[in-house]
Amino acid sequence: MSLDRREAVRRLLADRGNMLVVSGLGSPTYDVAAAGDDDRNFYLWGAMGSAAPIGLGLAIAQPERRVLVITGDGELLMGLGGLASIAAQRPTNLVIVVLDNERYGETGMQKSHTAHGTDLAAVAQGCGFSRAATVHDESELDRTIRDIRAGEGPMLVAIKVTAGEAGRVLPSRDGVEIKNRFRRAIGV
Amino acid sequence: MDSPPTVDWRREIHPILRAANVRQVAYVPDAGHIRLIEACHADPSMRAIVLTNEAEGMGVLAGAWLGGQKGVMLMQSSGVGNCINALSLMQICRFPFLALVTMRGEWGEFNGWQVPMGQNTEAALKGAGVIVQRCDHPEDVAPTIDAALALAFDSEVAVAVLLSQRLIGRKKF
Repeated sequence: MSLDRREAVRRLLADRGNMLVVSGLGSPTYDVAAAGDDDRNFYLWGAMGSAAPIGLGLAIAQPERRVLVITGDGELLMGLGGLASIAAQRPTNLVIVVLDNERYGETGMQKSHTAHGTDLAAVAQGCGFSRAATVHDESELDRTIRDIRAGEGPMLVAIKVTAGEAGRVLPSRDGVEIKNRFRRAIGV
Repeated sequence: MDSPPTVDWRREIHPILRAANVRQVAYVPDAGHIRLIEACHADPSMRAIVLTNEAEGMGVLAGAWLGGQKGVMLMQSSGVGNCINALSLMQICRFPFLALVTMRGEWGEFNGWQVPMGQNTEAALKGAGVIVQRCDHPEDVAPTIDAALALAFDSEVAVAVLLSQRLIGRKKF
């Protein structure tokens, strides 16, 4: 069982309130852009492995806001140690959503480690996250979405999504602009 | 033998970071930074963040800046190689970045395994677009870090201050 990534992200970001979003390079950046461009989205186009640590620094700096990192399995795997660093800080406002298609989608759909048995929720749990879960279908997403929006972090939710190309929706690649508009939008 | 330092540079760094309103200090531990790491942990205005790998530090400090806080990175020269691709984030987005790097592999190093990275630290950082400044003498440390903070955060560029192995002292076993 798996979900459509675009639809899952659209649901996560509907009525997002004051949520801040960091997207990992590749498809998650396109998925977040497809859900609607927002000045409070920080889209990554590179620096693979950095999405979760950016979420950590941001969550510490903005403790009153929800910080949602939306990334892929390959991107997270490149910086897996970051989960231990996050757990050590216990940011209660940080949620990492992994759109897990078990593939390296940008490079030819090669199987990633999650296709070979790596359980990212178990890794997060083992690092000491407050909550970690894997979502396989709509009903599990229904049950998890409230936690993603309001539950105590640090939380990691791996959403199993169908491997396949969604159309590319390309947000700005101007890193300085993405950074500056984000800061303006939250008043820093 | 080195003459004893006239200035206790190890105690001078934390007050400078504090005065600059540095709120997040990401680090991979190094013996040369022991006192500074302890001081940052003890300071309620700062968040000291232990990393598993230096590359995480670019992300953490980028996130800090997105959220309106200044951060610095403490690391050893061996960790510079781990940062190269992640430093692209600082360069392409022009995130302010300051790393205080304690050097190994240069002055009286006894462990040859430290030499390849130590001897290439400055070139690797420069190749990744980082401005490199170096402290060899105790009296250089405070003014260099003070100026590097201004350079990084006012000009929004990436800066590394190398604290030389001669300054830190030869590691004794």
